[in-house]
Amino acid sequence: MANKILAVLEQREGKLKRSAFELISTVKKISIDLNLDPTAICIGNNIDNLNEAGSYGIMDVVHFKNTELENYSSSAYTDIVSSFVKENEVEYLLFSNTSLGKDLAPRIAARLNAGCLTDCINLQINNGEIIASRPVYASKAILETKINSPIRIFTIRPNVFKAEVTDGNIQTEIKVKEISNPNLKTKVVAIKKSADKLDVAEADIIVSGGRGLKSSENFKLIEELAEVLGGAVGASRAVVDAGWRNHGEQVGQTGKTVSPKLYIACGISGAIQHLAGMSSSRYIVAINKDKDAPIFNIADYGIAGDVFEIIPALIQEIKKIS
Amino acid sequence: MKIAVCVSHVPDTATKVKIGSDGKSIDPAGVSYIINPYDEFAVEEALKTKELTGCEVVIISLGSDSSKESIRKALAMGADQGILLKKDGFYDSFSTACALAKEIKEQKCDLVFFGKQSVDYDNSITGQLTSEILGFNCVSVVVSFKIENNKITAEREIEGGREVVETELPAVITAQKGLNEPRYASLKGIMAAKKKVIEEKPAKEVNNLTEVIKLVLPASKQPGKIIGTDSSAVPELVRLLREEAKVI
Ligand SMILES: Cc1cc2nc3c(=O)[nH]c(=O)nc-3n(C[C@H](O)[C@H](O)[C@H](O)COP(=O)(O)OP(=O)(O)OC[C@H]3O[C@@H](n4cnc5c(N)ncnc54)[C@H](O)[C@@H]3O)c2cc1C
Ligand SMILES: Nc1ncnc2c1ncn2[C@@H]1O[C@H](COP(=O)(O)O)[C@@H](O)[C@H]1O
Repeated sequence: MANKILAVLEQREGKLKRSAFELISTVKKISIDLNLDPTAICIGNNIDNLNEAGSYGIMDVVHFKNTELENYSSSAYTDIVSSFVKENEVEYLLFSNTSLGKDLAPRIAARLNAGCLTDCINLQINNGEIIASRPVYASKAILETKINSPIRIFTIRPNVFKAEVTDGNIQTEIKVKEISNPNLKTKVVAIKKSADKLDVAEADIIVSGGRGLKSSENFKLIEELAEVLGGAVGASRAVVDAGWRNHGEQVGQTGKTVSPKLYIACGISGAIQHLAGMSSSRYIVAINKDKDAPIFNIADYGIAGDVFEIIPALIQEIKKIS
Repeated sequence: MKIAVCVSHVPDTATKVKIGSDGKSIDPAGVSYIINPYDEFAVEEALKTKELTGCEVVIISLGSDSSKESIRKALAMGADQGILLKKDGFYDSFSTACALAKEIKEQKCDLVFFGKQSVDYDNSITGQLTSEILGFNCVSVVVSFKIENNKITAEREIEGGREVVETELPAVITAQKGLNEPRYASLKGIMAAKKKVIEEKPAKEVNNLTEVIKLVLPASKQPGKIIGTDSSAVPELVRLLREEAKVI
């Protein structure tokens, strides 16, 4: 039996996150190239859509179950995943580079003496090894790097790797393992959700506003454009510092790193620290009245005009087609 | 109780990156270095905890001589003691964590603050690695922190909200922006910090598990099209987004 490559799937509120499917597809692909046995594990209580794992290419899924494990616990999750790795021949572990993945992967790495590379945007196979590319120095450079320990851990940036449904109807085999007495030394006792809005880190489409919007009231325009597109609202640091928007919406080096399929920057100059958080977006649109604003250097499409004229027109145009 | 804060000394975030002659690191010429911005939140939280509990705060940095500037900055803010773990060659996150853990143990600290991320390699893992090596509890990306006796309640940022986490000492906390407003060093603090001796020790030997192959500049993107300068360009923009990019 080949050694295992393990996808550690993340569920929230009893549902696999979308990034989990990207992870499954990525693990499946690598398993073929490196001749490994692809397996997925997920920790939680009830998980509704675990059976969808098969459609993305992994049939063997182990569900570690306990009512106390519905929310994340770094202590319990570290114990469970590490024991699984020790009891099985696991050579590779992959996580999504989410708040959970970034917290958990290094805990497991230290316990298993495994090298850990985070926020990978490309995993390339070279002579039977994985070479990872990770943005460093606020995306101003890319580090190509590899792991030399027997067990290797990678976290992959959400929205960069594709989730692909495999041909044919692959059945998922879910093994449920009840966990008794999880180690809850560190325990999530509550989750405070920020108003029922789509989070920038998870959105497919982001409409972001900067100082060019002039006031917090004018962000209504950004909100409306985001709404007609079914996207989330983002913000530059300048407007967060001004108190117009919450820090949770800030994109950039000291905010969130996002890679949606469409990022629309309105009245944002494109400072290097802002670009650090969004330059891996698939398509970037810039609306800025200064045609020399640096944001245009990385935008796919731009309109060098006034946000107060362009955004309302854009809202109208999109309403026409939807 | 004694508190440690681990700080890294990093290129200023506005630095223009040039690749060094080894092809594996940046060319340091003309680069100015600062205390890692997230580590300032870590230092501030340690100092606030010191004010509540009267415990001592020790700053630990692994690096070369120049890292003393960042240690001194933390001392000027009000930390009591500074230690430089002098390194020779490349330390990856795991080596760094091993060296920091050894010193934290020696200093008998049971609460350790880190930044959530160093803005050079953006690994975001050193705090978590160190906690596990020490067998400490860990809460990362923390935006609110309370400690009462041994009990910690912290809030960490997650997608779409915050998790309220309870744990106990000994613990590692990694600081996110929003946790506090770092204080400015007072003149008195700056003068006092100049007099403090920063203890220097060789860092625990390297134990790298990862290896850099090369550092490259990102493929420069073709500058995009400026479609127009007023709302007459909007229909064309929407057409491109639908037909060329296929994203809406
Ligand atoms: C350590 C550090 C970390 C940082 N982290 C971040 C971060 O995480 N995220 C971040 O965003 N920034 C960050 N910054 C700040 C960053 O350097 C910039 O200051 C910030 O991004 C600027 O925000 P802005 O583009 O909204 O404002 P500005 O730079 O002021 O740009 C406003 C733009 O709006 C345009 N404009 C004005 N009026 C109109 C109009 N009517 N129509 C169209 N366009 C108009 C102007 O031409 C201009 O380009 C950081 C800085 C430092 C030092
Ligand atoms: N060389 C170092 N010396 C001391 N602390 C460090 C060092 N490198 C990283 N850290 C700490 O670990 C945190 C996360 O760094 P990183 O995992 O490299 O992103 C930083 O914010 C620092 O608190």
